[in-house]
Amino acid sequence: MVGYLVTLIISTAIYALFSLGLNLQWGYTGLLNFGHVAFMTVGAYTTVLLSLNGVPLVVATLVGAALAALLGLILGSTTLRLREDYLSIVTIGASEVIRLIALNEEWLTRGSLGVANFPLPLGTLTQPTIGSKIAMIALWTCIFAVSGQHLWKWTRRTDRNVFERFSIGESTPTPIHSEQDLATKPAQAPRLLAGLASAALGLFIYGIGISALYDYSYKAGLMLVLVTVLALVYWRLEVSVKSPWGRVLKSIREDEEVARALGKNVFWYKLQSLMLGGAIAGIAGAFYAWNLTFINPDGFIPLITFQAWIIVVLGGAGNNAGTILGAIIYWSYYSATRFLPDFLQALHSVIPIIPASIDDARLGAFRIMIIGLLLIILMMVRPQGILGKKEELTLGR
Amino acid sequence: MVDEPTNPQSSTGDRAGETLADVLAEVQDRAIAPRLELPLLAASGLVKNFGGTCCAVDRVRIEVPQGSITGLVGPNGAGKTTLFNLLSNAIRSDQGRVLFDGEPIHHLQPHIIARMGMVRTFQVARVLSRLSVLDNLLLAAQKQTGEKFWNTWFQQKQIAQEEKTQRQKAFEILESIGLAHMTNEYAGALSGGQRKLLEMGRALMAEPKLILLDEPAAGVNPTLINQICDRIQGWNQDGMTFLIIEHNMDVIMSLCDRVWVLAEGRNLADGTPAEIQSNPEVLEAYLGH
Repeated sequence: MVGYLVTLIISTAIYALFSLGLNLQWGYTGLLNFGHVAFMTVGAYTTVLLSLNGVPLVVATLVGAALAALLGLILGSTTLRLREDYLSIVTIGASEVIRLIALNEEWLTRGSLGVANFPLPLGTLTQPTIGSKIAMIALWTCIFAVSGQHLWKWTRRTDRNVFERFSIGESTPTPIHSEQDLATKPAQAPRLLAGLASAALGLFIYGIGISALYDYSYKAGLMLVLVTVLALVYWRLEVSVKSPWGRVLKSIREDEEVARALGKNVFWYKLQSLMLGGAIAGIAGAFYAWNLTFINPDGFIPLITFQAWIIVVLGGAGNNAGTILGAIIYWSYYSATRFLPDFLQALHSVIPIIPASIDDARLGAFRIMIIGLLLIILMMVRPQGILGKKEELTLGR
Repeated sequence: MVDEPTNPQSSTGDRAGETLADVLAEVQDRAIAPRLELPLLAASGLVKNFGGTCCAVDRVRIEVPQGSITGLVGPNGAGKTTLFNLLSNAIRSDQGRVLFDGEPIHHLQPHIIARMGMVRTFQVARVLSRLSVLDNLLLAAQKQTGEKFWNTWFQQKQIAQEEKTQRQKAFEILESIGLAHMTNEYAGALSGGQRKLLEMGRALMAEPKLILLDEPAAGVNPTLINQICDRIQGWNQDGMTFLIIEHNMDVIMSLCDRVWVLAEGRNLADGTPAEIQSNPEVLEAYLGH
C-alpha cells in the first residue's frame, strides 16, 4: 500500500510541477500554450541522453531545462508578436513535431524502441546507512514543517487581506472601512476549514513519506528529490509572481496594450514567461523519465498537455497553490477509480442487480466519462476553479 | 519644427502673418538655444493610410509646447485618436517625423516612447480589471528594480524599499483623484468615470513629461468633469504638459492654452481657444454647411 501511495505522490508531484509551468504561462501571463508537453519531451530526452553519456544528473537536468527554455525562445520569438491565438496553434503543432522528431530520429532517440537503463537520481543508493536515512527523513520533515508554517499563516489571514502586502508599514494611510472589514469576518470559517483539510492531507503525505523512506526503495528516494524540487520551484515562483515582475505579467494578461503604453516591454516579458514555464516543464520531464525508468515518444502525446490544463483549470488559474491542489485532486480521482472493480464486487455482494465486473475497455471509458462530468459540474458550480477568486470572473473588461 | 515652417495645411493660426525674415530670425534663435525653443512634442507631415483611397491622417502637423495644455479637437472621424496612436507609435505612420524632447521617436517602439516620458490614456478607459486599483497604479511606476526577474530573487530588500515609496506615492495620487476608498478593490469593479480617473492617475504615476489624454471627459457627469478639469489644471501648474482630445468645448476652452483642429485627417486650424471659437472654417467643420 505504501509503495502504491508513493507512486501516486510521485505522479502527482510531476504533474504539479509540469502544471506550475503552464500556470505561469497561462494563469499569470495569459499565454495560450496548447503544446506544453513539447517542453517536457525536450527536458526528458535531453536529461536522459546526456546522463547516458556520463554527464552528471544535475547538470543534465539543468541542460534539459535550458534547452526547453530555448524551445520557448524559438516558439515565442516567432509567434508572440502576433495575437494570442497564433501561439496556441503553433505550440500544439510544435509539440507534435517534437514528438515525431523523437520518433523518427532513431540515431538519437532510438525511435519507438525508446530509451532505458539510464542513470537515476540516488540510483546507486540501494542500501542506505541509518545515517543517510535519518538525513533524508530530516529533509522531508523540513519541507513539511516549512509548508505547514506557510499554511498556518495563510489560514490566519482574513479574506480581505488578500492585498495584505499593500498595508505593510505603519506610515501608509490605508483607508479602512471598518464596517466592511467586519462584514467579511465570517468568511474566515471556510478558510479555516480549507486549512485544516490541507493540514490533514499534508500530515498524511508526510506519514507515507516517513514510512517509505524508512523502508528505503528507489521510489522513496525519487519522491524525496522530486518533492524537494517541487517545493523549491513553488517557493521561487511565488516570490517572483508576487513581485513587480509578476505584476507586469498579470497586466499583460489583462491588457497588453496598457502595459505597453506604460513602458513595459510586453514581448520580452511574454518570452520570459514562456521560457521559464518551459524550463519548469523540462525539469518535470526529467522526473517523468526517472519515474518511468523508460521513455519512448508514446509517453509524450498531446493528452499530457490537456491533463495539465485540466489541473490548472481545476485548481484555479493564476494560483500556484491551486495548481498543486488541482494535481492532487486529479490524481486522487485517477487512483480512486482504479479500485472501481473492487468496489463493484463489494456492491454486487450486497445488491446482486449491480454487475460484479465490467471489462477494462468500458471501465477506462467510464473513468474518463466521470472526470468529464466532474469538470462540467465544477465549471457550473465554481467556474473560477477551486482556489480561484469568484470576483475575478464577474468583472467587466 | 525648424525644417518645415510652412506647412500648407496650417496656414491659419499664428504663422499666417509671418514674413520670411521672421522665420529666419526664429531659426537662428533656435540654433542658439534649441532645447529651450523646441516644443516638447512636435510632429510634422504625419501620414497614415488604412488602405482606403483617402488617408486617415494626411500630412498633419502638431506642436505641444513645454508646460502647456494643448487641445486637439475635430469632428468624429477627423483622425484625432489615430494621431494619438501615431504619436505614441501604437500604429506606425507611413510618413512623417515626430520629435519628442528633441529626439526623433517615430521609429521607436511604443514602450520605449513611454519610458522616455510620453504616456497616453485611451478613449475607452482601459483598466487592468483583475488587478487592484493600487496595483494598477504601482504598475505604472518606472524603473522598478523588481521588474527584472533575477532581481526578484536577489534584490528583495531593494524591491521592498521601492515598493514602499511607490505605494506612498500611489496613495497620494489616489487621494487626489478621489479613489482612495477603492484602493484594494479590483479595478474592474470601478464605474466608467472612475476608470477615467484611474487611467489619469496611472499616467501620472509614471512621472512622464507629457500626458496624452483621449477624451478625459467623455461619459463623465458634469461635477466629475469639473473635478477632472481642476485636477488637470493643478497638475499642469506643477509642471506637467498635456495634450488633450476632447469634444466638450467647455473643457477645451477652460483648460487649453492652444488648440489644434483636425478635420478629415488634415490640419484645419490652430490658435488660442478664442481664435478657434471664432474661426468660420472650424465652425463649418463642426456644424456642417
